[in-house]
Amino acid sequence: MLEKKDEILNLLTEITDPEIPVLNIVEMGIVRDAFYENEKLIIEITPTYSGCPAMKVIEDEIRDVMYSNGYENVEVKKVYSPAWTTDWMTGETKIKLKNYGIASPEGMAEKDLLKDRNQKPVECPFCNSGKTKLTSHFGSTACKSLHFCLECNQPFEHFKCI
Amino acid sequence: MSYKLNNDMRTALFEYLLRHGDDKLILGHRLSEWCGHAPILEEDIALANIALDCVGQASAFLSLAAEVEDKGRSEDDLAYLRNELQFKNLLLVEQPNKDFAQTITRQFFYSSYGIYFFQNLAKCEFEPLAGIFSKAVKETSYHLRHCKEWMLRLGDGTEESHNKTQEAVNDLWRFTDELFFKNEIDELLIQENILPDTNPIRETWRNYVGEVLTKATLQIPQDENMQTGGRRGTHTEHLGHLLAEMQIIARSYPNAKW
Repeated sequence: MLEKKDEILNLLTEITDPEIPVLNIVEMGIVRDAFYENEKLIIEITPTYSGCPAMKVIEDEIRDVMYSNGYENVEVKKVYSPAWTTDWMTGETKIKLKNYGIASPEGMAEKDLLKDRNQKPVECPFCNSGKTKLTSHFGSTACKSLHFCLECNQPFEHFKCI
Repeated sequence: MSYKLNNDMRTALFEYLLRHGDDKLILGHRLSEWCGHAPILEEDIALANIALDCVGQASAFLSLAAEVEDKGRSEDDLAYLRNELQFKNLLLVEQPNKDFAQTITRQFFYSSYGIYFFQNLAKCEFEPLAGIFSKAVKETSYHLRHCKEWMLRLGDGTEESHNKTQEAVNDLWRFTDELFFKNEIDELLIQENILPDTNPIRETWRNYVGEVLTKATLQIPQDENMQTGGRRGTHTEHLGHLLAEMQIIARSYPNAKW
């Protein structure tokens, strides 16, 4: 079973996040587990944000990939606990994000949710300057905020710590 | 999936899930009405993002509600095929957007309550519910940060922004009592260890809101004419209109597929 699980996870690395095509859903931490229950293959996924519209696409793609690799009885299940966090992203994943032009989540997700976020400017993914400002907490997708680099005059996005 | 629950528990938990699912669904829909109309582009995107989080959370609550009820209804049936009297959302969230100050104040009251409330509920013994609340709390922290900043800017801004925000605070204050509504359903779920016996969050909430309002140079209103009813299905006149718009497609074309 364990070997099988590795094989399944390996197949799932073919699927990328539709919004961030340089990251696959396994390294994003969206795939939580894969196991058999009454001869049915259950693949558990967790949303980065509750309303993430990419989840539906990802679910469909998982089924497609599994079916085309000969797995027939597949169920994709959404789980919410423990809640997804950017703390699960590895250093390698963050570098991929940055090279793609998205500033990566820095530090650990806030424990005290009522504390005002540390207003330290996010480093520009293009010129590495620290002279940037926050344009908006909300960007083109739920997981990103909008920033502007005062050094190279580029707007850029930042994957929020959550 | 079916949960091992006796009938009373099933009914109570179903009703409890509707409360939170309906709060999120109605608030999400209200916020989505701003799409394409917000004062600036960034704000348009921000409100649409918050709306999306709310609708996403609503979907999680309502699909769990449908599973708990176990009568073959789906989350969509619950969202689109119930009438006004069957909705259990807070009166606060159904109030119209009116102007930007009203929208932000409504969101500020709700999100600040949400942070305290959901943090507690994330510790509940019923794991599927704890999971949804622990997700909601993280998202809510971003919503709160956003509207708290706006409360400060609007309240302590120009004379006009100050007046409009004060008016919104005065207008919406009467719906804040209901945030702390509790009845026999809560009692039963606490007794059965499904919900934690929540510490009185009312004082904590009031202190926090009072602090922000004061910093924003706004007055905290008196508790007068406090309104409740949403949790029991008695709504203000605004909900029916909202539902008519939100449900028309689903009701006109039953079982339509996208």
